[in-house]
Amino acid sequence: MKKLSARRRHPLAALVVLLLALACTGGLYAAFAPADKAQADETAQSLAIDEGKKLYSVGCASCHGTDGQGTTDGPSLVGVGAAAVDFQVGTGRMPAQQPGAQVPRKKNIYSQAEIDQLAAYVASLGAGPTVPTKEQYGPEGADVAKGGDLFRTNCAQCHNFTGKGGALTHGKYAPTLEGVDPKHIYEAMETGPQNMPSFPDGTLSAQNKKDIIAYLNAVNGEESESRGGLELGGIGPVAEGLFGWIFGLGTLIAIAVWVAARTAKAKKS
Amino acid sequence: MSTNTSTQSRSRGKAPAGERVADWADGRLGIYSLAKANMRKIFPDHWSFMLGEVCLYSFIIIILTGVYLTLFFHPSMNEVEYHGSYIPMQGQLMSEAYKSTLDISFDVRGGLLIRQIHHWAAVVFLAGMFVHMMRVFFTGAFRKPREINWLFGFLLFVLGMFTGFTGYSLPDDLLSGTGVRFTQGAILSVPIVGTYISMFLFGGEFPGDDMVARFYSIHILLLPGIMLGLVVAHLILVFYHKHTQFAGPGRTNKNVVGMPLLPVYMAKAGGFFFLVFGVIAILGGIASINPIWVLGPYRPDQVSTGAQPDWYMGFAEGLVRAMPGWEINFWGHTLVLGVFVPLVLFGLFLAAIAVYPFIESWVTGDKREHHILDRPRNAPTRTALGVAWITAYMIMLIGGGNDIVATHFHLSINAVTWFVRIGFFVGPVIAFVITKRICLGLQRRDKEKVLHGRESGIIKRLPHGEFIEVHEPLSQEQLYTLTAHEQYQPAEIGPTVDENGVERKVKGSEKLRAKLSKAYYGEESQIPKPTVEEYKEITSGHGHH
Repeated sequence: MKKLSARRRHPLAALVVLLLALACTGGLYAAFAPADKAQADETAQSLAIDEGKKLYSVGCASCHGTDGQGTTDGPSLVGVGAAAVDFQVGTGRMPAQQPGAQVPRKKNIYSQAEIDQLAAYVASLGAGPTVPTKEQYGPEGADVAKGGDLFRTNCAQCHNFTGKGGALTHGKYAPTLEGVDPKHIYEAMETGPQNMPSFPDGTLSAQNKKDIIAYLNAVNGEESESRGGLELGGIGPVAEGLFGWIFGLGTLIAIAVWVAARTAKAKKS
Repeated sequence: MSTNTSTQSRSRGKAPAGERVADWADGRLGIYSLAKANMRKIFPDHWSFMLGEVCLYSFIIIILTGVYLTLFFHPSMNEVEYHGSYIPMQGQLMSEAYKSTLDISFDVRGGLLIRQIHHWAAVVFLAGMFVHMMRVFFTGAFRKPREINWLFGFLLFVLGMFTGFTGYSLPDDLLSGTGVRFTQGAILSVPIVGTYISMFLFGGEFPGDDMVARFYSIHILLLPGIMLGLVVAHLILVFYHKHTQFAGPGRTNKNVVGMPLLPVYMAKAGGFFFLVFGVIAILGGIASINPIWVLGPYRPDQVSTGAQPDWYMGFAEGLVRAMPGWEINFWGHTLVLGVFVPLVLFGLFLAAIAVYPFIESWVTGDKREHHILDRPRNAPTRTALGVAWITAYMIMLIGGGNDIVATHFHLSINAVTWFVRIGFFVGPVIAFVITKRICLGLQRRDKEKVLHGRESGIIKRLPHGEFIEVHEPLSQEQLYTLTAHEQYQPAEIGPTVDENGVERKVKGSEKLRAKLSKAYYGEESQIPKPTVEEYKEITSGHGHH
């Protein structure tokens, strides 16, 4: 201790203290790095919002208003949340091509990054449902049978037994759920796009949504097999009747004509 | 000489085994004379005469596969929990009927195949009856003496519809349950007795727990039993009346030209049975029908879109979907016209089939026997009426599937429904007019062919430069066939004043009949057949014109 105390007047002492102080600051800085990363995240977020606003001004503002307040051509986007944007833009429905009874699903021209930026911007207008994570809509821990029951109770009256879609009034329709990304199905349930009612977690819990998605994947997914052979569209007796008439009776009439044409001819004397 | 010896040797020794068996059977059943009289019965040949066979064979297939299904089906509405091999239903509560149908589909060997054959055969059976009935109608084969057999056929069609409906409801799945609920609604709409009938039928409030068991008895015992009897009666009458035939040389109202039942038609019919079985089995093997496992068990609080009945009930569905939801309220009672009117129309639609032969014979006053078929063109009014009926039926089928039509053709369901509403009234009228015109056009063409021959396509240049097409005269057989049909005169009211100058009262029905008769056989409803004089005049000349 004496040694240290003796050298406190050393010409380099100030330098050493300075170095120590710097090291301390550096250490502290390192220790509080997460807080600083959050700072960086916020910057990225605001960047995304900025970028999203640019995209928004080009693709959406003409109908939804320059600040998402809505116009006569499109509803307000305040409070719809990121999930709504991810669904509408991710399935190609938005930006809409033309007004009509219902905006159809079409090819999506935005990259996922751009969609996220748009979503970030719209989410910044007012709090709303967020984009679900993979754990939320993934098949792990889902009860398929329960999902089927829930689907028949809540969804089948518009979307058909296995989600093949159905008609609504005046040209509107419940679209087919075949080949729809589970994430989008989840978002649709959360946000209730277009004519669909929304099913927030209070109505249909997160687990219920997971079950429904798992059921759809089981009966109408890429890997679900039709146990009875040709599915005939999976739309029920109309298709079955048509098939029975054309390929059942049609074939039999063709055979009858063939058999009758090959009759035993009486020999002419 | 040699023949003699062989007979002698046989009479001494024992007869061959086959002969002895036949002899034994004949001694006890007396079938020899019956067989002798009928084995060589003659049947005419035409592909359309085989439509009835399609129905008969698919009916047999339905019975055979149905028996197999009864071995595994439990007609009970007891609630059970599912633990079979179909994963998406694990642990679900369902009726035993639904569970056993799942088991038939997934756990019984060949169960799903047999189920699908059974159902496809039912679809084909009804479609076959429909087309068979059209054939009989458009060729006038329902006329005397076959009116009763027409009624038998009609009953088979209607009972087939209800057998199909009850069978379709047995699995107690969500789709068929919705259909039964629909039917119960229609029953409830009947004034005064509706609620009583509903309570009686379902043993209390819908759905109750008797429905499946009751439908089961109706589906496997009552209706098929009646139908089997009717089929036998239908066939006996076909034998008794002899089969109708199209006009042609050598064919008269008193004979039948064709092939004997044995061996020709036995072989043909036997072969055709296997062809029908084969086609239906292929359908059952490759195409899914009524996949009840994705439909889910019936619960009155659930429903799906696209809920239609099988095709033969589709027009009833269409009537209800097209009818505006009107109702009348009086003294605390409600008359639900939106459902009751379609129910009445459903009955009238079907009854029209049953009564038509009697209406036609009344209008035309024709009480003679007919064994020669009409070509549809030679009975334009009848043909046009038939097509009008089918048009209304088809429009109602579109109405029954209005949601499917809307989604698959990207239309508004409201537009489809309005099309059906207007089309139901306008469509048959347009179809009637167009069909009649086509028939008359075809009659004119026949007349032209008889008088001028067939266009040969050969162009001839005459010495003075004129080009003519050579018309090839028809053969005597063709001429006969094209002119064999009868042409009727409209029934007149007759003299209204008798020989003493006393005026008699003309009844309204008589006037109506004369009017209708004129519509059937008036100048605007048939083209006069070419006469012998006309023919001679034209053919004696140049042979071309």
